[in-house]
Amino acid sequence: MTAHIDLWWLPRAFILGLLAFIIFGPLTNLLLWTVAEKWYFPHMLPLEYGFTFWQRVFSPRGNAMASLMTSIIVATLTVIVSLALAIPAGYALSRLKLPFRGLILLAFLIPQAFPNLPVYVNIARFFYEIGLNGTIAGVVMVHVTHGLVYAVWIATAAFSAVDIDLEEAARSIGAGPLRAFRDVTLPLAAPGLMASAIFVFLESLDEFTGSYFVGAPVVNTLPLLLYTAGSGGNYQIASITALLLLVPSIGFMLVVERFLRADVLSKVGH
Amino acid sequence: MRPFLSVEKMSVGYGTTTVLDKLDLGIRKGEFVALLGSSGCGKTTLLRTIAGFTKPFSGSIRVADRDVTQMPPDKRGMALVFQSYALWPHMTVAQNIGYGLKLQRQSRENIDARVNEMQNLLGLAGLGDRKPGQLSGGQRQRVALGRALAIDPEILLLDEPLSNLDARIRLTVRHEIRSLQKRLGITAIHVTHDREEAMVMADRIIIMNTGRIEQEGSPEDVYNKPASPFVAAFMGAENLLSMQARVQGEQVELMEGSFNPSIVTALAGRTLATGPIELRFRAEAARLARSEDKTVLQPGTLELRGQVTSVSYPGGHWRHAIRLGENEILVDADTPFNQGEAVRVCIPAKSLFIFNVVEGLAEARAL
Repeated sequence: MTAHIDLWWLPRAFILGLLAFIIFGPLTNLLLWTVAEKWYFPHMLPLEYGFTFWQRVFSPRGNAMASLMTSIIVATLTVIVSLALAIPAGYALSRLKLPFRGLILLAFLIPQAFPNLPVYVNIARFFYEIGLNGTIAGVVMVHVTHGLVYAVWIATAAFSAVDIDLEEAARSIGAGPLRAFRDVTLPLAAPGLMASAIFVFLESLDEFTGSYFVGAPVVNTLPLLLYTAGSGGNYQIASITALLLLVPSIGFMLVVERFLRADVLSKVGH
Repeated sequence: MRPFLSVEKMSVGYGTTTVLDKLDLGIRKGEFVALLGSSGCGKTTLLRTIAGFTKPFSGSIRVADRDVTQMPPDKRGMALVFQSYALWPHMTVAQNIGYGLKLQRQSRENIDARVNEMQNLLGLAGLGDRKPGQLSGGQRQRVALGRALAIDPEILLLDEPLSNLDARIRLTVRHEIRSLQKRLGITAIHVTHDREEAMVMADRIIIMNTGRIEQEGSPEDVYNKPASPFVAAFMGAENLLSMQARVQGEQVELMEGSFNPSIVTALAGRTLATGPIELRFRAEAARLARSEDKTVLQPGTLELRGQVTSVSYPGGHWRHAIRLGENEILVDADTPFNQGEAVRVCIPAKSLFIFNVVEGLAEARAL
């Protein structure tokens, strides 16, 4: 009996090992590339280690810092615009008995439903005509259409999780509608809204296609730099940039996990 | 004198369904009124409309000659205590109670003093820094009450505030709320489906059924002089018998049936017509006697002959199920009778609730 169980561990260990390799293999490779001074085929490991590329990336003349700043500015603006739209929209969708509530929620998925490339090419053409191409505002608008689906869906769920009695209790003892919203509904929905903000931020930080068509080459976000470096064969710069992108993602995911309560998640899409 | 709160010809509903139709209601200042009815009768809708959370289709609501019909809830000078308490989980007990005062832009010292006063009044002293999640059900209920009372509302609205408490606490909280209301002289409207709760707490009981007011009056009135079969049944007169009646002047004769000799009694204010009637009485209003017991009955006492089918002891007295042909009635007695024993059930005239049977209604009930 025991031997039987022991035998079962073999395939399990193998699958676990394989999974670990699939997840951590590329990561390790990426980390190695960031500190490799010299590394070429057929060597398994870099021949020389060092931080000269880091210096190059972070030097005042390198574009990495500028791109990082651009990315953060775009992402922050995207979050602000998305939440400014998602808070009223999410509140309305959660509170009012709107007809076609499900359809409205679904409509926010439309930007995701079509192939990205033709959509963005057309947007780029249109933006070019009205002078939005190559501007931060243009890139932010593209990112907002993309991020709004997370923002609205999660905001709707977050507001639905706040019992309407709590709001009415405030109204009944003298709070106007805006005051009740500010003092009761908003603080109680804040964790969910925070989570949606983080999702939008990460989406924007990561977004490539739209940024490429609408922003490049004037608005140079981090993924665009990564693309240029990668396609130019400069793996060190590409890896360091990728790492820069990875840090906020992992950090925020940990925060989101703390903020998004199960009762909010369960209301997504309802 | 005009009532302090008056509701006139008010119709309320949701979408195309009308819940309350042309309802009229007046409440005096300082009065404690209970809206009593089973679930779905419209009592909560009435309360929420008075509070301003539901807009009436037509009609008006006035408080002290001020028309509040179109006013938002926060401008009405009322405070609603919710069935769920609706305490704000992100605020402490003190912040919950003080929120209404903060809205009135009162000074910090004033707010602190009033919050302390409320906490002492409601036995919440020392709990000011707790969050609602750390309180027991009874404490939460009192915080909800304190939050409503802190702003010194003109009208206190209570939406089944005791239904989430366990039975023993509920009994004490009833009296607490009632004595508090008397001491502070607040006008209060209390929605409940618990008859005893309404009887104990209210100056006046308004019994509602399917969106209409069936009867309003003091607890004694609605208990002893129910104006309709619904009120009689709701107030505990569950025993139901069908008979024929003949009205002659100020007298009514209940015709002889298969279980009873005929009796004649005074109308005593009842409005009855000759024809089929339904007769209701409470289990505790009837007296049980052995069939060989030949005590002479007071004139007007209805006597029924039946057989004991079962005996139980709910506490205090023995409850007997008595079979009368097709019907079964419940009668209380201080001493138990034997199962199968033939008995006489004697019901004094004043405990008989007699109503004419309305044609359509009788058929509806038979279904």
